[in-house]
Amino acid sequence: MNAPILRVDDLSVEFATREGAVRAVRNVGLEVFAGRTLALLGESGSGKSVTAQAIMGLLDTPPASITSGSIMFEGTDLVTAVERVRRQVNGEGVAMVFQDALSALNPVYTVGHQISELLRVRRKMSRSAARARAVELMERVRIPAAARRVDDYPHQFSGGMRQRIMIALAVALNPRVLIADEPTTALDVTVQAQIMELLTELQRENGMGMVLITHDLGVVAEVADDVTVMYAGRIVERGSVEELFEHAAHPYTRGLLRSMPRTDREDDELWAIPGAPPSPVLTPKGCAFHPRCDIAIDLCRSEQPGLEVIAAGRTSACHLRAEVFDGRA
Amino acid sequence: MGEREIVLEVDSLVRHFPVGGGLLSRRRGAVQAVDGVSFTLGRGETLGVVGESGCGKSTLARTIVGLDSPTSGHVRYRGVDVHAASGRELRAMRRSVQIVLQDPYTSLNPRKTVRDLLTQPFEIHPDVLPRDRRLSRVKELLDVVGLNPDHLDRYPFQFSGGQRQRIGIARALALEPEVVVCDEPVSALDVSVQAQVVNLLRRLQRELGLSYVFIAHDLSVVRHISDRVAVMYLGKVVELGDRREVYERPQHPYTRALLEAVPVPEPRGRASRARTLLAGDPPSPVDPPSGCRFRTRCPKAQSVCAETEPVLRIGSTPAAEVACHFPEQTPLARLGGA
Repeated sequence: MNAPILRVDDLSVEFATREGAVRAVRNVGLEVFAGRTLALLGESGSGKSVTAQAIMGLLDTPPASITSGSIMFEGTDLVTAVERVRRQVNGEGVAMVFQDALSALNPVYTVGHQISELLRVRRKMSRSAARARAVELMERVRIPAAARRVDDYPHQFSGGMRQRIMIALAVALNPRVLIADEPTTALDVTVQAQIMELLTELQRENGMGMVLITHDLGVVAEVADDVTVMYAGRIVERGSVEELFEHAAHPYTRGLLRSMPRTDREDDELWAIPGAPPSPVLTPKGCAFHPRCDIAIDLCRSEQPGLEVIAAGRTSACHLRAEVFDGRA
Repeated sequence: MGEREIVLEVDSLVRHFPVGGGLLSRRRGAVQAVDGVSFTLGRGETLGVVGESGCGKSTLARTIVGLDSPTSGHVRYRGVDVHAASGRELRAMRRSVQIVLQDPYTSLNPRKTVRDLLTQPFEIHPDVLPRDRRLSRVKELLDVVGLNPDHLDRYPFQFSGGQRQRIGIARALALEPEVVVCDEPVSALDVSVQAQVVNLLRRLQRELGLSYVFIAHDLSVVRHISDRVAVMYLGKVVELGDRREVYERPQHPYTRALLEAVPVPEPRGRASRARTLLAGDPPSPVDPPSGCRFRTRCPKAQSVCAETEPVLRIGSTPAAEVACHFPEQTPLARLGGA
């Protein structure tokens, strides 16, 4: 494999709150390769979206602050980069698709204006060339009658069509990395499938690296190449999608996989992980997952396990990683 | 099947919402949210209702429990028309048919403690339980749904999403209902918590003999909790049958598309999986297509589909009804294996 386009190392993000500093992301590292999709899998409060916001430079500082780590994109550390460089990278280097297109698009401008404005400012295109390119982009994301709809406002589109427009905006400057934060969560099932297909198609075409942030194991299984599982701000497990689904090396991943309801079976009792994800304000001592873990031992209650290699390309942050990995625990 | 004890009957239910029409203009039409839905629910049974946004499933839920009135048609609880009942009959019906809402973050009053939230039903129906026995009943309810009875004086924000949904369930059960309408009860919850709530609902059903109408926008959870499944599209039921029939041998092209759209949680072999994706979004329920409402997105549509509306009737097996001129006969290819 070649060198990663984007490399995050030891990233930690804190939020200042009235109850003290909340460590939302703790020592997270990840690598994004051209043409590959990395799924960042986690539930609410896992730190997956904060990680994405840190990469995009979208954190409000304060209350947020990056307390450690680097985000390397083509030799530049985005954590320390000056504003001008940072802005250059956004859109052309790394671009993002958000969950909620209705709030990500500006309601008072036509969608054509929003796409062409980006092209005029960043690509110095003329008004007419930018507009023509906007129509092309809308056609590319398969918006029917794009030439006519370019002058419509966001509210005039359905949820799925708005999501397509946001994707058109995100790929307008041919980014090398696309971060998609729950891109289909707010959409209907049949529309979800269309959007995921569009994203993977654009990725193949442009050779982009993709970071897919999601809580949906089904979507991960369909499109990801590599998976990083996050829990309570930390990475708990990493691996290729096939291996991770077949041999989970962390009890949390294993529990998630077992608790997923399937359409091809009738289970009278679903497998459930007890309890709920911890609040970032009050993360349990030791391994953050231990209160919900079915195999926790005393060590798990006192000591935070490190993220260690268990097999080629596989890491797990569990004191019993070997036992979980080969099915002994 | 013969001795099924019917507790709830929905009969040709229609709910239209007028749109447009300011003070001076005429009415311009209606959102046909629910347009002729019929089914029966037996004691101890669960009917799953599945459909995408705008298909009318939430309006159906609200109309069943009496939060909304039908434009025409009837909902009968043990033979009594829910929307025509008054006096004692109405009170009895309201006790017996309860609802659990989707969003535990907005359906619980944030300024009330759990104690307040759970005693409220007894204040509305004071004859159910004498005042001095209510507190012990409330504690019992918390215990039944798996919450700590010592947390009686906490506020909703002090609980996680899953715990809040348990409070919502406890409140629905307070008056010992017979029918509970669950409107997307797990959609807002984390994956690891969804299964807990589904298991809780099943256990309560077994222990208390409850009947459920379980509404959801995706098919995966529904299969595990339902005996029968109704698939809705733009205000109509397009397929209704035993869960196994609907999942293994879906006859309506929409049901098949919904099932094929569910991602398969097995990465191996994904490249060779073929699936038919529907084009476009569901059309507006204000001005639905003529004939079969699904025809604009249907891969099998022909001219008859635009002219004649297909009625829901027994298809290739008596275990399922389908509203389609060209129902599928073949089982759905098992994409997931297992």
